Amino acid sequence: MKITVNAKPLEVSATTLDAALTELGLTSPALATALNGAFVSRAKRVETVLTDGDRIEVLAPMQGG
Amino acid sequence: MEFYGTPLASRLFLGTAQYPSPKVLCEAIEASGTEVITVSLRRETSEGAGTGFWHMLRQTGARVLPNTAGCHTVQEAVTTAQMAREVFETDWIKLEVIGHADSLQPDVFALVEAARILSEDGFKVFPYTTEDLVVGEHLLQAGCEVLMPWGAPIGSGQGLRNPDGLRAMRAHFPNTPLVVDAGIGRPSDAAAAMELGLDAVLLNTAVAKAGDPVEMARAMAQAVTAGQTGYAADPMPRRDMAVPSTPVLGLAELT
Repeated sequence: MKITVNAKPLEVSATTLDAALTELGLTSPALATALNGAFVSRAKRVETVLTDGDRIEVLAPMQGG
Repeated sequence: MEFYGTPLASRLFLGTAQYPSPKVLCEAIEASGTEVITVSLRRETSEGAGTGFWHMLRQTGARVLPNTAGCHTVQEAVTTAQMAREVFETDWIKLEVIGHADSLQPDVFALVEAARILSEDGFKVFPYTTEDLVVGEHLLQAGCEVLMPWGAPIGSGQGLRNPDGLRAMRAHFPNTPLVVDAGIGRPSDAAAAMELGLDAVLLNTAVAKAGDPVEMARAMAQAVTAGQTGYAADPMPRRDMAVPSTPVLGLAELT
């Protein structure tokens, strides 16, 4: 399935958000996810089914003002 | 003064961006005595640098205030706030909804809408706003219990561009914690904000981009304390003309 992760087009075999993160090695506990612009909590990732063309954002703590 | 029920001894909030090194950042946090540091969320890199940064900040013991910097719409800001709440494990959010790319002026209409949505969702919203009193009223009605008017455009270091507006805000919102957010360049700017009766100062670039960020963090802390103490001590009124401070009575005639 073709998805976009942090603006990068990628091909994954995973069908859920949780599995896709594992497949891509994004396993840090300090990550937050959004699917097509909407927040997906850590608990909901397992049951969040991906479809072709989905846009995923994976964000991590960063310096800020 | 309490900020959403949390009493803070230090009235200096410090940003964590643009420091020459993580070590200098940590030393500046310590020198500032701050209890509140701002952070953000950005795309995870393959190196996983965010996790290490977050671990380092936790060691400082300061409370984190995540921001929604860079968001231009209500949806972006709300989603970012929700993501920040999960990662940083806090319901505090510094709400920025930027309306203008050059001045980084807040889009106050979107700000009020995002503040309402987030407040209803249980967030404790610290809105980055202008000194406009009507906007302030709308933010309070939306559920905010703190207002953060700008001093000058973010990162400009211009100081307080509209002290009269900030003074009016203090008078209009006597019981709302007010934090000057953005535009502070020098310790005298921070002192001036506190002398106007504002409750705290949030700054980042003024410390991070100083030649010696650690010493500047210390100076900012001293300035905030001086301004706060000075305001509480009720400064003398200004006069247009000179008034001798040394007694005239008993002055010798020596001509």
